[in-house]
Amino acid sequence: MASSTAAVPFWRAAGMTYITYSNICANLVRNCLKEPHKTEALTREKVHFSLSKWTDGKPQRPTLRSDTPED
Amino acid sequence: MFRRATGLLARPIISSARARTRPFSTDLPATEAGDSNFIENWKKLIPNIDPPKTPLSFMQPRPPTPSSIPTKLTVNFVLPYASELASKEVDMIIIPATTGQMGVLPGHVATIAELKPGVMSVHEGNDTTKYFVSSGFAFIHANSFADVIAVEAVPLDHIDQSLVQKGLAEFTQKLSSASTDLEKAEAQIGVDVHSALNAALTG
Repeated sequence: MASSTAAVPFWRAAGMTYITYSNICANLVRNCLKEPHKTEALTREKVHFSLSKWTDGKPQRPTLRSDTPED
Repeated sequence: MFRRATGLLARPIISSARARTRPFSTDLPATEAGDSNFIENWKKLIPNIDPPKTPLSFMQPRPPTPSSIPTKLTVNFVLPYASELASKEVDMIIIPATTGQMGVLPGHVATIAELKPGVMSVHEGNDTTKYFVSSGFAFIHANSFADVIAVEAVPLDHIDQSLVQKGLAEFTQKLSSASTDLEKAEAQIGVDVHSALNAALTG
């Protein structure tokens, strides 16, 4: 079986996945919008999640994070 | 587990040679809603209760490929939070594929295209609607249906020129000062997206 020698996109060569690339593109586009569309887009994309690490089969105290899409 | 047993037993055994040649997904006839064998057998055994619906019966069957080229292209343009165009009949769309601007007319060969940040235009009669698409995919089916999916798509007049210029300058500067592969890749993406935005506004 021949090894695949297809040219990979530069972001995949740098270790990035397609989803990460696509999200970065979308964030950059959102940051270039005019008001009020910009605030609408940024509020729409806000995520809130609660993260809890588990040790010894028990969940530790959860941390509530509401990350802005800039991450 | 035994739900399909009645259906499988009633179906004749396919000879091994026939079973090996599978048709392409584009040649398959429109799928029927529901397994008719199963429904018949259910009605015989339990006539009073309606047969349970399977997920297949909720799906709309694939529209068949017409023998002559249709006059219009049906476009579904969807975003994660909204469906911009749902089964809209148009004359042509031009999508920003990674291989360049690609025009799609009715009767286009079935294609899957990855989109790069760029302008997508929808032509209907004398009207053209343009959207800037951040990235996504376009699936063109043999029956002149096109599904375009994008993460973010904005009409061109929602874009702020000064922010685009600022972003372009910032990322060009980041690209020259980037050290790791990942930083270089991110800066390159920034430069690509902002130059595409610039080209969309000036072009």
